[in-house]
Amino acid sequence: MTTPLLPREHYLNIRYGILSWLLTKDHKRIALLYLISITAFFFLGGLFAVLIRLELATPQGDLVSSDTYNKMFTMHGVVMVFFFLIPSIPAVLGNFLIPMMIGAKDLAFPKLNLLSWYIYMLGGIFTLWAVVVGGVDTGWTFYTPYSTAASNTNVVATGVGVFITGFSSILTGLNFIVTIHRMRAPGLTWFRLPLFIWAHYATSLIQILGTPVIAITVLLVALERGLHIGIFDPALGGDPVLFQHLFWFYSHPAVYIMILPAMGVVSEVVACFSRKNVFGYSFVAFSSLAIAVFGFLVWAHHMFVAGMSVYAAMVFSFLSYAVAIPSAVKVFNWTATLYRGSIVWQAPLLFVFGFIGLFTIGGMTGLFLAALAIDVHVHDTYFIVAHFHYIMVGGAIMGFMAALHFWWPKMTGRMYPEGWAKFSALVIFVGFNLTFFPQFILGYLGMPRRYHAYPEEFQVLNVMSSAGATILAVGYLIPMVYFLWSLRYGPVAGPNPWGATGLEWTTQSPPLTENFPITPVVTEGAYEYNKREMRVV
Amino acid sequence: MAPQVDNLYFFLVALTAFFATLIALLVAIFAVKYRRTHAAQVGAPITGSVPLELMWSIIPFGIAMMIFAWSANVYFSISRPPDDTMEIYAVGKRWMWKFQHIDGQREINELHVPLGRPVKVTMTSEDVIHDLYLPSFRVKADVIPGRYTTLWFNATKPGEYHLFCAEYCGTKHSGMIGRVVVMEPTAYQAWLSGGGSEMSLAARGQRTFEDLACHTCHLADASGRGPSLQNVFGSQVKLSDGRTITADEGYLRESILNPQAKLVAGYQPLMPTFQGLVNEEALMGLIEYIKSLQSAAGSPGTPTGVPSGAPGTPQPQPPLTQGERKPQ
Repeated sequence: MTTPLLPREHYLNIRYGILSWLLTKDHKRIALLYLISITAFFFLGGLFAVLIRLELATPQGDLVSSDTYNKMFTMHGVVMVFFFLIPSIPAVLGNFLIPMMIGAKDLAFPKLNLLSWYIYMLGGIFTLWAVVVGGVDTGWTFYTPYSTAASNTNVVATGVGVFITGFSSILTGLNFIVTIHRMRAPGLTWFRLPLFIWAHYATSLIQILGTPVIAITVLLVALERGLHIGIFDPALGGDPVLFQHLFWFYSHPAVYIMILPAMGVVSEVVACFSRKNVFGYSFVAFSSLAIAVFGFLVWAHHMFVAGMSVYAAMVFSFLSYAVAIPSAVKVFNWTATLYRGSIVWQAPLLFVFGFIGLFTIGGMTGLFLAALAIDVHVHDTYFIVAHFHYIMVGGAIMGFMAALHFWWPKMTGRMYPEGWAKFSALVIFVGFNLTFFPQFILGYLGMPRRYHAYPEEFQVLNVMSSAGATILAVGYLIPMVYFLWSLRYGPVAGPNPWGATGLEWTTQSPPLTENFPITPVVTEGAYEYNKREMRVV
Repeated sequence: MAPQVDNLYFFLVALTAFFATLIALLVAIFAVKYRRTHAAQVGAPITGSVPLELMWSIIPFGIAMMIFAWSANVYFSISRPPDDTMEIYAVGKRWMWKFQHIDGQREINELHVPLGRPVKVTMTSEDVIHDLYLPSFRVKADVIPGRYTTLWFNATKPGEYHLFCAEYCGTKHSGMIGRVVVMEPTAYQAWLSGGGSEMSLAARGQRTFEDLACHTCHLADASGRGPSLQNVFGSQVKLSDGRTITADEGYLRESILNPQAKLVAGYQPLMPTFQGLVNEEALMGLIEYIKSLQSAAGSPGTPTGVPSGAPGTPQPQPPLTQGERKPQ
């Protein structure tokens, strides 16, 4: 086997200079702009997390003041949710891969795509400005009337940042939906689409339908703070619980904006590294849509202890169990895909194994929270904190890491160092569990979340959690180093280092600006590894 | 309640352990057993199986429904206090808890309750949303400004237990904590009587009632400009817009602060708002006073709801029928 050479011309070297990036309409370059931006926000959010865990190593609130601590967990949540997790896989890998996977030259609206990055950055700058001029302390949930009447921090600036960024999310979703409908290569029918595309289609629906609601909601909060209109504050005749309904009507589906794309990644990686069709393709595809639809019907399970009627609570509990089924179906199908596969333990697959394990625990603990009687006890405790970190970090970020490793050779033309990648997958898995598993126990023992100081009996578990966070931080720093290293020193990957199916692997790495020299014609399903082998033989 | 919640919890822990282990084992076994042995090897040509899909959709759904029914059943008992509860009022305020016992005792960040008696706490907030969380009793409820919420528990072991605020409320959120002291009933009675010369909550409410001149309109015999408050608590009230509602604590509170919102049928909207004139604790006194105006034997004004013989509690003024009072 000859060592492949980098192609002479590709999207990275076609033009140079800062303007060639800031004014690019190439979806791949925009994806890299997003990658740099969200990585910066990820490390900023991570820095807040480090400070939180340092503070919680001792029961006394002794490292920072209560106000500072409250700002730390607020900004950790705001930055991670709105500026990292929601754009992470869609805006980076969706942007890069959707046109390539469907055999298109670009997204349907390249200028809109660039605009959405600028909108994202504008929202990010507003939020960073709010951080720099003193921060915000409402929690990322902005609950009223605390956020409208009591807090004297930069609620409006942060809210405006979230409001603006929402438009970026809407435009990206719109772009994806139109692209998937209109720009598929000849022969690429819906049921030949990679499951990554199905997952992003479902995600885009949520982005378009859900995001306007959070925009309206934070706008109302800002108006109430500024003009004292009585929407949420009971002192002005408003209803504080109305805010929670509006907030969660978006923010629960937003969880699926974070996890669905990761599920799409898992399907691709499992198929590639077991060289097999994804088991139950159509069930996996439709379960994404089912999650997107049912995800809109369960918002009030965040409010079981907020004075809701018994029967309303039962309806939302029932629906929450219903939405768990499509996720379970996916996990079973991925597992079944491995059966009689040709499995090779590459780093992306290890991250996916991590995803499957952690997402299973995260999902199963969701059943605890949908159980009304248990939710009354563990709501607003560390049990919740552990649960959603298993979904968002154990699920979404594991998926993001798997995707970055899997498509890194396509994006950069070079391989990452495999040994280091496996090592970091292990470190992240161990660090993650050590950080968050003790929090389940803390929650059941009754430690409320967002506590700056806590009773001494909780210290042992908190120290374990802080120790785990240290390991986790190292686990995230290692890939940062070797990815940068690989840009220059990584072995040249060639067009298809994994032997994967999928149109993105049929073209050179890094691809041309127009992706494909000639538009491909599709004649088979997405994961026909068997047919491929037959041809080779 | 705690044992029932714990049973369900440990069942779910076992279920989670079972499924997590199942998935982890299958992944591990497949990943080892089907390792690629030569470079050109591909997986078996398997695309799926409808019976398997149905199996792993329907069985989890069945399990989920079972958990749903089980937990909803327990939740029902968590939400519905028994009839013979002892009532306590609570006000959350940044960053303290204020409790008022019916007998008149008031305490801050401590809640004394007797052993073996169901206790119902009726709560509201003076500022932002708080949440009264008693982890040992597996209960919590948001404490929301502008409305009443309740929780109840039954302590079965004497001792001291954590009391937390579980809804983030600002700077000293983690300092808005206290303790529940569960006492033997006799010790609790002794504790109740140790508080000096406090009036009962209903008696304090009656004083507020008079200070605010409520009695000038709300006469006992329905001849006043406002409806009589005798026996009104818990009754069905016909409203001027045709609806009928139950006069509970929330309705009474709203009708004091915003009288026009749910006007009783047959009365003019004459009553001024008392928003800002009466604080949450005084409101609770007023409501407790109105609740005491239950005339079981037809003698109007006898506060049967007030345990007037509680040791050490000064007798409330023998309530006069409101008709006898001079208008202020």
